[in-house]
Amino acid sequence: MIEVKNLTKFYGSFAAITDVSFKAERGEVLGFLGPNGAGKTTTMRIVTGFMPASSGTVLIDGFDIAEQSLEARRRIGYLPEAPPLYNEMRVDGYLRYVAKLRGVARQDIEPATERVVEVCGLADVQHRICGQLSKGYRQRVGLAQALIHEPPVLVLDEPTIGLDPRQIHEIRSLIRKLAGERTVVLSTHILPEVSQICDKVVIINEGRVVLEEQLKALPAGRSLEEIFLEAIAREHAESRVSSAEEMLEEVGAGRSGP
Amino acid sequence: MRNTLSIAGKELEAYFVQPIAYVVLTVFLLLGGWFFFTLLRRFALLSQIYAAMQNLSALQRLNLNTAVVSPLLQNLAIVLVLLVPAITMRSFAEEKRTGTFELLLTVPVRTGEIVAGKFIAAAVFALIMIALAGLFPLVLLIFGNPELPVILAGYLGLAALAVCFVAIGLFTSSLTQNQIIAAISCLGALLLLYIISWPAEVGGVAFGGLLRYLSLPEHFGRMLTGVIDTRDIVYFLSVILVALFLTQRAVESSRWR
Repeated sequence: MIEVKNLTKFYGSFAAITDVSFKAERGEVLGFLGPNGAGKTTTMRIVTGFMPASSGTVLIDGFDIAEQSLEARRRIGYLPEAPPLYNEMRVDGYLRYVAKLRGVARQDIEPATERVVEVCGLADVQHRICGQLSKGYRQRVGLAQALIHEPPVLVLDEPTIGLDPRQIHEIRSLIRKLAGERTVVLSTHILPEVSQICDKVVIINEGRVVLEEQLKALPAGRSLEEIFLEAIAREHAESRVSSAEEMLEEVGAGRSGP
Repeated sequence: MRNTLSIAGKELEAYFVQPIAYVVLTVFLLLGGWFFFTLLRRFALLSQIYAAMQNLSALQRLNLNTAVVSPLLQNLAIVLVLLVPAITMRSFAEEKRTGTFELLLTVPVRTGEIVAGKFIAAAVFALIMIALAGLFPLVLLIFGNPELPVILAGYLGLAALAVCFVAIGLFTSSLTQNQIIAAISCLGALLLLYIISWPAEVGGVAFGGLLRYLSLPEHFGRMLTGVIDTRDIVYFLSVILVALFLTQRAVESSRWR
């Protein structure tokens, strides 16, 4: 459903992500896990077609996000890190507008809006102005706009960040409920979130994938936290070893000189 | 097309749910009214003086078109130079600042459709301003006898000018996420197009001619006298198309940064 192959993204000379590959099948909830600044948002933005990769490809349901962008984008519902709300619009007006932009047929706009209002629990605020909503409601409106065209692929960038525990619980069960036929990619740095709602986990650190595994296949008896820390630490150790090797080489090169 | 109209409708609505539209319209009509009043007073005074002096040739040369409508439109054009940046500064800059730009670029809508939608909204708003300023010559038509075709040509010129300004404003807004930078660079560009022909006299035939061709008031001025020349229409259309093309490129390139 989603196939990410060898993505690399440079900002100037800085490589935000290097050679990132992973796959998510239909109906799977994939947790994209990593410490802050690991390249999660960059990956999400490339997967959704907001910006292109320096190299590598993304296939959404077989459509290349760069080459067949419109077809691929039609299949994605995307909630960016900051919910993209127009602060001067009312919630229902905003949802109808996004429905139009996402290509929902004219006669389906009203039912689609009603459906996401109900699914995301927005009935109480649907006539309020977006700019006046609390953080939790903004997040839910953001989720509603991502769902409005019933996309087969849902990409959520840190959907529970900044919410209170009750709201976090609600959003998580909502995502779980939504999964079903859909493929969900969810980025987060909260470990329990992954173990609660995901089928598969991809751990990214310093722009590289360090682990891609079904949650069921992870060694039993060990918490995700241990695995996460170990994966990240291994990466650190490796880079330390390789830099030590480089230093030795340099020293060696110095010796072999005249 | 449907996407373009959806965006245009939403953008136009956004002007009116925020106070911007009302502030801009008020300032525009207030200043326009003041110009109109002043020019009309001057016209009345002059015709009285000429009549008292029994200077018939001067009295014949004095008419509402050249003494009132034409200077009024010239003044309104200057006001537009100052107000259009305020209309267009939001269009892309605000989307970038609030993060809705990320929504706009990930929905299945082409960049060209986005630019066209925003352009239509801002252009329609500018045309509403100019239509409301049509009240001034309406007063003249009721109480006097100005030449209507000349007035219409002048207003067409003002409308073309305003739409050019809007296209340039969209372009500067697409370059930044800061509305003030967008507004000031738009103001700079519009003023430059306004005064670009000033050194034309000392610029020689070719260079001076080029500067004159680029200058907005040069083309607008001809329309004020009632002449609708295809050269001027082509000029206005090319400014609009070039500005919109650059905007489309700028929006598209923001993906690459």
